[in-house]
Amino acid sequence: MQQPPHSSRRQFLGLAGGVAVLGAVPIVTISPAEATPAMLASAIQQVTGGAAVKTGKVKLDIPPLVENGNTVPMTVSVNHPMAPEDHVRSIHVFNEKNPQPNIANFHLGPHNGRAQVSTRIRLADSQKIVAIAKLSDGSFWSVSVDVVVTLAACTEDVI
Amino acid sequence: MASALINVPPKAKRGDIIEIKTLMSHIMETGYRHTASGELVPRDIITSFICRFNGSEIFRADLFPAIAANPFITFFTTVTESGKFEFEWTGDQGFSDTASASITVE
Repeated sequence: MQQPPHSSRRQFLGLAGGVAVLGAVPIVTISPAEATPAMLASAIQQVTGGAAVKTGKVKLDIPPLVENGNTVPMTVSVNHPMAPEDHVRSIHVFNEKNPQPNIANFHLGPHNGRAQVSTRIRLADSQKIVAIAKLSDGSFWSVSVDVVVTLAACTEDVI
Repeated sequence: MASALINVPPKAKRGDIIEIKTLMSHIMETGYRHTASGELVPRDIITSFICRFNGSEIFRADLFPAIAANPFITFFTTVTESGKFEFEWTGDQGFSDTASASITVE
């Protein structure tokens, strides 16, 4: 016959070990290859080719507080005319902490009339979103917005 | 195709700027998720969306895993003549789908 104190101590240790394992497993499986600010910078560098990026002209509409990172509505608009001789060539959207720094590239032309696109994106963490517009004269304009995410997307386990 | 939803105004005046909304049904699997047994779920996303009007490209988007499931994309275009918009989505694992919509310009 087992002694009550002994058995309860054993049970406690077993339970504590189990809890520790349970706690450790999600940390291992969730750890993604997270994009770093350096990856963000290099992704931007690939688009701009090292050209200077000015702040302004671009407007990024995204909720500042996101409950569900799986689908976040986002609208990017560029306050610039869309004339054949002077228009927005492309809009690039980047993030800081998803597994990949790129979100989307949109290619436009003067026939679009208005430089505005909307889509729904995923956000893996509270982070900074950067939108960059390339104009036909070769200049780049950007805006960055900080977003707080309560439920992360991209890397959660499949149930 | 039933898997695509397109919203294009049926009529417009010449020179109007119209909004086009598109939704494609697709899982957009990121390639960063694991099953309960720890296996990585392979990436399966739409990588490219193109819109053509009467055969010439008017809008193109490169998509990444950060685009939510069932990609919803809206953009604008100036209409100068009646014609047909053709939409094309292509992606991983040989995914390809098309849709079209017509517009009458007065």
